[in-house]
Formats: sequence, C-alpha cells, structure tokens
Amino acid sequence: MKRAFPILGVLTAILLSYALYQALVVAPTEKTMGDVQRIFYYHVPSAWTAFLLFFINFGASIVYLIKRNPAADIVGLVSAEVGVVFCTVVLITGPIWARPVWGIWWTWDMRLTSTLVLWLIYVSYLFLRRFSSGGQTPLLAAALAVLGALCVPFVYFSIWFFRTQHPQPVMGGGGSIDPRMLHALLINWLAFSCFAFLVCWSRYRLEKLQRDVDHAHAMESLLDHGGSGR
Amino acid sequence: MSAPNGITGITLLKDLRLEWRSKDAINSMLFFSLLVVVVFSFSFDPSAEESRQIAGGLVWVAFLFAAVVALNQTWAREIRNQVLDAYRVSPAPANSLFVAKTLGNFIFVSVLEALMTPLFIVFYQLRALGPAWQLLLVAVLGTWALVVNGTFFAAMSLRTRSREIMLPLLLFPISIPALLAMVQATTSILNGEGARFWIVLLATYDLVFTTVCLLLFETVLNAE
Repeated sequence: MKRAFPILGVLTAILLSYALYQALVVAPTEKTMGDVQRIFYYHVPSAWTAFLLFFINFGASIVYLIKRNPAADIVGLVSAEVGVVFCTVVLITGPIWARPVWGIWWTWDMRLTSTLVLWLIYVSYLFLRRFSSGGQTPLLAAALAVLGALCVPFVYFSIWFFRTQHPQPVMGGGGSIDPRMLHALLINWLAFSCFAFLVCWSRYRLEKLQRDVDHAHAMESLLDHGGSGR
Repeated sequence: MSAPNGITGITLLKDLRLEWRSKDAINSMLFFSLLVVVVFSFSFDPSAEESRQIAGGLVWVAFLFAAVVALNQTWAREIRNQVLDAYRVSPAPANSLFVAKTLGNFIFVSVLEALMTPLFIVFYQLRALGPAWQLLLVAVLGTWALVVNGTFFAAMSLRTRSREIMLPLLLFPISIPALLAMVQATTSILNGEGARFWIVLLATYDLVFTTVCLLLFETVLNAE
C-alpha cells in the first residue's frame, strides 16, 4: 500500500505527458477553430472527472448517513474538494475557448449555466464544512450532499427547458469527430482521472493524519487536565 | 398517529401566538420586501411592458430575501433557554417539530405575499394576460419550496459559526431550480403563455425535497 502511491504517481506522470503529446501533437488541428480547439482535451476531461468526483461524493455521503463510517466522510470531503477544483478548471477553460470561437466570454447557455450551478452547490458544501465545527460536521455535510445531488437533475431539467424555450445562436454540438481526436480526448480523460485519484489519495491521507493528530491532542489535554488536580 | 399531530399542532400554535404578540418576523419581512420593491423600481425604472417581463423575477427575489429574514428567526427563538435541547431529549418525534416549523414559516411568508402582492401590482402596473388562478398555485408551490428547504437549512446552519450568513449560502444554490421555475411560471402567466411545465417541475421539486427533508431532519437535529 505504501509503495503503491509512488508507483501510481510515476504512472500518472507518464500518462499525463503522453496525453499532452497526444493533445498537442498527434491530434489533428481543427479546421475552423484552429489550435484553440485543443483546449477541448483539457476542458472535457476535467468536466467528466468533476462529475465523477461529485458522484463519488454523493455515494460516500449516503454510506456515511447509513453506516457513520469516518472513512466515508473523508472520501466525501476529499471528492468534493477535488471536484470543485476540476469544476473550476472547466469554468475557466470554457471562457478561454469561447472568447475566440463565439466572440464572447460567457453565455447563459444550458451547459454553462448548469455547470455553474453545480459548482455553486458544491462550494456551498465546502462552506458548510468550513463553518461548522465539532463532531456534527460530517452528518450535516452528508445531509447537504444528498440534497445537493438530488438538486442536480432539477437544475438540469429546468435549465434545459429554460434554454430550449429561448434558443441561443450558439453552437449546437453533435457532428462527427476525428478518431485521433477522440483518442486524445480519452487518453486525457484517463490521465486526468488518475491525477484526480492521486490528489484525492494524498488529500485523504493528510485528512486522516490531521484527524489522528487532533484526536491525540484532545486525549492529551484531557489526560493533563485529569492529572493536574481537581 | 394522534400524538405527533398533537405536537405539531401545539408547536405551530405556540409559534403563531408568539408571532402574533411580537410581530417580529412579519414586520421585518414586510419592511424588507417593501425596501426591495422600492430599490428595484429605482434601479430599473421599468415601463408597464418591461415590468411584465421582469416582475416574476422581482417578486420572487423580494420574497426570497424576505423569507430568509423569517427563516433565520425560526430556530433562534428555540436556542434561548435551551428549548431546542429540551426538545431533543424529549420523546417527541423530530419530524413533528419540523412540520410545525415549516407550516409556521409557510403561513408567515404567505401572509407577507398576500400583503405585498397588491403593492407590487400598484407599483409595477401589473395585469396578468394568462389565467390568474394559476398564479395562486405557483405561489403556494413556490413558497412551500422555499420554506421547506429554508427551515431545514436554518436548522443546519444553527450548528455553524456565523449562522445568519450561512443560511442563504446553503439555501440559494439548492433553490436555484425552484426559483427558476417560480420566476418562469410567473412571467409566463403574466404574459399569457403556458406555464404547465414549470408548475409540474415545481410540484415535483416540492415532493422530492419535502420527502428528503423529512427523512434527514432527525439526523440533523440530533447531530452531535
């Protein structure tokens, strides 16, 4: 287990460099958008990774609510944190691409809006974790995570209907994709998922150690107090 | 079955009586939403036609902000003299307390809406082009959506530092779909368009979130 971490780290580094090569060199240049389109290999994998992490957060929160297992709580915390980071990457790379291609930084298009709302929900989750102290935090956070995850389909449907009612003259998606582009995309996704997993893992260990230290401190001060008189 | 109903009823009556005597929540909500109406009117300076386009958003944003004022007070009242702790150690089911609080807030916000709506109509020269009775349906469903989540999150933010600020931070992101549905339904009805999709969406939202809040409330109340 101890040695698995550096091995995974090296593998992720190799995979990320290979993915970079695929995205910047091997994948053909897009006809109309040019090289700008290459941000797609970072934008889409980040989005998929973020969604995956939010899904893991939902699962871990349910497990925590049922079993009250501290490990599930740490998994929930870690996946939300890393998910928010990846979601932020999506929200930043999107406008960078949109500016030259659409001519605008932002539009209240369905996907943009629903991703933004998703980001808001999970940021509020992190706020709750930050602002509440003591033993009740995991339970409150798990309850919020469940509500937040249930909100996602509503966000999706409402914004979908909102935006189909008022269509925007912005790209419709679809069309075919060059197999080399698809390959680069999937490799990047794999690399990003490995990277996310690596970060989550190390964050998990950190959180676990932090809690152990806090616990030890609490025990120590309790013992000191008990020993020093009264 | 009769016992929890009794507890719900007694708690609700107690809250209503307290509110009737102090009128804290309703007065602050009323004045607050009046301020919102006036400030919005200055910032947008709308004509009657424009008003119809933006009124849905305006009304609901005013009610949302005002509701937060009332929601913040619901549980704060129970903190004094450790009433909430007493409730937690008593054998009374947690959900009857939650239902009572939610119904109480629902009544407060409904009263606010009933009093503020004429003012909105006068200030913004509103006239519904669609069936006006649907507005009532939207109001009931929309208020319930705000209040059920709001009461739940208020109980949650009770456990945090700076709880007054925590409630909107938790409530607003989760309420976005409901808010969108309320605003769109209201605007559609005012403009004489169909609002069926939004009403169904709102009703589903209410159903799902009421169920989940009832399932999770006991956990949140007793979290230690």
